[in-house]
Amino acid sequence: MNNKILRISIWVYLGLFFAYLLGPLVIMSATAFNSPGFPRATPWECLTFEWFGALFQDERILNGIWNSVLVGLGTVTLSVAMGLAGALMLTQISAKVRSVYYTIIIAPILIPGVVLGISTLVFWDRINRMLGLGADSFLSNGLFLTIIGQSTFIASYCMLVLVARLQRYDMVQTEAALDLGASHAQAFRKILLPFMRPAIASAGVLAFLASFENYNTTTFTFGEYPTLTIELAQKVRYGITPAISALAFIIVLLTVFGALANEANIKRKERIAEARKEGALPDVKGISLPGFLRGNPAAVLLVLLAIGTITVVGTATAYSPAQCIADVKETKRLEAEQRIQELRAKREADRAKQKAEQGEEAETQQSTPKPSNNSGFGNVFAPTTLSDDEEEGAEAPEPSNNSGFGNVFDPDALQEDDQSNSE
Amino acid sequence: MSAGVGVDLENLWIRFGDFVAVRDANVHIKGGDFFSFLGPSGCGKTTILRAVSGFLDPSEGKVLIGGNNMIGIGPNKRPTALIFQNLALFPLMKVWENITFSMEIRGASSAERRKRADELLDMIALPDQGDKFPSELSGGQRQRVAIARALCAEPDVLLLDEPLSALDLKLRQHMRTELREIQKRVGITFIYITHDQGEALTMSDDIAVMRAGVIDQIGDGKAIYNDPATAFAASFVGENNVFRGKIKQVNGGEALISTNRSGDLVARISSANQGKLNVGDDAMMFIRPEALAIAPDGASGDHFVTANVTHEEFEGNSYNIFSEGEGGKEIKVSIPNLGQSFENHTGQSITLEYETKNAVVVPAGELAAE
Ligand SMILES: Nc1ncnc2c1ncn2[C@@H]1O[C@H](COP(=O)(O)OP(=O)(O)OP(=O)(O)O)[C@@H](O)[C@H]1O
Ligand SMILES: [Mg+2]
Repeated sequence: MNNKILRISIWVYLGLFFAYLLGPLVIMSATAFNSPGFPRATPWECLTFEWFGALFQDERILNGIWNSVLVGLGTVTLSVAMGLAGALMLTQISAKVRSVYYTIIIAPILIPGVVLGISTLVFWDRINRMLGLGADSFLSNGLFLTIIGQSTFIASYCMLVLVARLQRYDMVQTEAALDLGASHAQAFRKILLPFMRPAIASAGVLAFLASFENYNTTTFTFGEYPTLTIELAQKVRYGITPAISALAFIIVLLTVFGALANEANIKRKERIAEARKEGALPDVKGISLPGFLRGNPAAVLLVLLAIGTITVVGTATAYSPAQCIADVKETKRLEAEQRIQELRAKREADRAKQKAEQGEEAETQQSTPKPSNNSGFGNVFAPTTLSDDEEEGAEAPEPSNNSGFGNVFDPDALQEDDQSNSE
Repeated sequence: MSAGVGVDLENLWIRFGDFVAVRDANVHIKGGDFFSFLGPSGCGKTTILRAVSGFLDPSEGKVLIGGNNMIGIGPNKRPTALIFQNLALFPLMKVWENITFSMEIRGASSAERRKRADELLDMIALPDQGDKFPSELSGGQRQRVAIARALCAEPDVLLLDEPLSALDLKLRQHMRTELREIQKRVGITFIYITHDQGEALTMSDDIAVMRAGVIDQIGDGKAIYNDPATAFAASFVGENNVFRGKIKQVNGGEALISTNRSGDLVARISSANQGKLNVGDDAMMFIRPEALAIAPDGASGDHFVTANVTHEEFEGNSYNIFSEGEGGKEIKVSIPNLGQSFENHTGQSITLEYETKNAVVVPAGELAAE
């Protein structure tokens, strides 16, 4: 009994936790496929892929992505190299100096990105001037500054990842290689580097992600090369569109895809290792697809995801939401007119009431018929409320009649978004 | 067959800061020999090996390989191959890649390497195991792969740092003979490190006994066992009963020692100490358990010892009698089991005798820890 409650509460907790974690992503992804011009998931209007189209026509966003990728690649190269050097250094120096060295090399992680950004800018500007170079020199190039600036702290992250692996490295391995005739460079390349490869890959991915999402530091250094985060931040200032949701959706998809692919790959390697342990030495290349999928949920999910993506892209090219959008627009206009009519009716009624009251006041004060009066107003409204329902189904010719009013009342923000959508 | 390449250590000192790991070592190893360094843990054996293979520079003195001074020559340029204490196989390489790593460095083609790997795998009796990873082998198999990898480099001198220490007893004994056979077959110099005296005695042509950075004695197994140069060598190699005392008289190769425990006893002066022991010097006399025998009651003289038996045990090939010795140590007598019957002596006082040639006297010195 108690156990059951516990189990249920664990599930509830898990549910809440994942809702908290993934809810925003799911909702945001949904907004990428909804037609309104402001990103929102409800009310659902029309399934549309136009935001993806809009995204890929947005020069600034595309340019931002391109710059982010350039910066990312540069940062990965620089940070992993510096991180590896730092990690190797850490294992070489004596224990006494080590903790001091460690603190120094970890410090950039603790320093606010803003400070790193400013200091990078100031420092290289100084160097630039000391060398007597102009404002268009390489040292004041936005790409260079951003890569350098981001690497100052991303290299520390990389070092942490690499040190963890390096600590498990047996330096005797290098000695064994030297003893067998290898030069130091050969021992490094053939023994240490292969050993470090998984950590280097992790560090690389980490560095790329950290670089891609960085804003604080980049905002000071980007110069002529605004990255995606910079572009997005600037865009948000003028209001956001679901095109940004579309971009986010693509990024989420890529991330999930990457994670699943990685997981599937690890599972596959584990199984190969297991198979080898059991004595059989299967040919690594000879693993067939069904075997690859067997007992590998990540792989199954991966395949499903791929199929899903292909289907969505397939429908996206064939499907046109134009009709739906037109319908929604139509409905909205009707609704708006409806409300306008209501308003008008209300005003007239108010006026009538005022007149009546004035009349009443002029004669004698009689308050008894008021309820019936109210019901009279009710009657006035009744037909319109009914027709409201009817009109939704049947596209009555009425709109053309009332269109004049619609235009008049447009600034009242009754129609806010659908107007901007369709244009 | 060529005589092989010899190794000489001349006045070799190795210091780590103030700590002296190797003190004035002088060793001459003949080409083609199986030479062992035998000593307790931490005595500096690995340090000597690292100096020979080039990972450590001597603080003083020389390392000569084939008569050439090796100072300033890196480990990758020396004609040595080292089998590390923990083997240090490359975990990410398959067995055949491990074995032929030295060929890869020399730029050999993959086909050549595979061919050579197969030959070596046959030699170490692991055919068809080339495509496994080291982690997929047993301890003994890994051991053999490490040997094959070292041999593939075609060294003039193979250095082995306690390569059998991680193996269980059975496998260790098997590998001893195997190593010795391999050494005979390839005919190169083996320098072997061990703290296991059984290993050193059974495999080696010559043995150097080390104690805390100092080489106490160099000689073949028989010399080390029968004719120890120091108290440490006598107590470290095999079992020995010790009698402390002072030299009372020296007659040529023999000495009379007035022992603290058993009165005056006669013993042979070990050859390394001939002429070095003087009357009045502190000395130690050693008699092996198997060199003691039970004497008729009442016998006395300079080669008889009385003892109170504390306990006895039957070991199969021998019958062991333990009695109170000096300084908390026991006197052990080991009587070979030749089918005779054994009396029980526990609680009794017995008289033991020995032949003078089987008792050896050395200057008093540090004993090996038990
Ligand atoms: N790099 C070093 N720095 C300081 N001291 C060291 C260093 N290497 C070895 N030593 C010291 O030198 C002594 C000898 O070490 P060595 O490794 O040669 O012992 P060993 O005889 O091989 O012992 P074992 O049988 O346990 O392997 C030890 O006391 C050790 O602490
Ligand atoms: Mg050692």
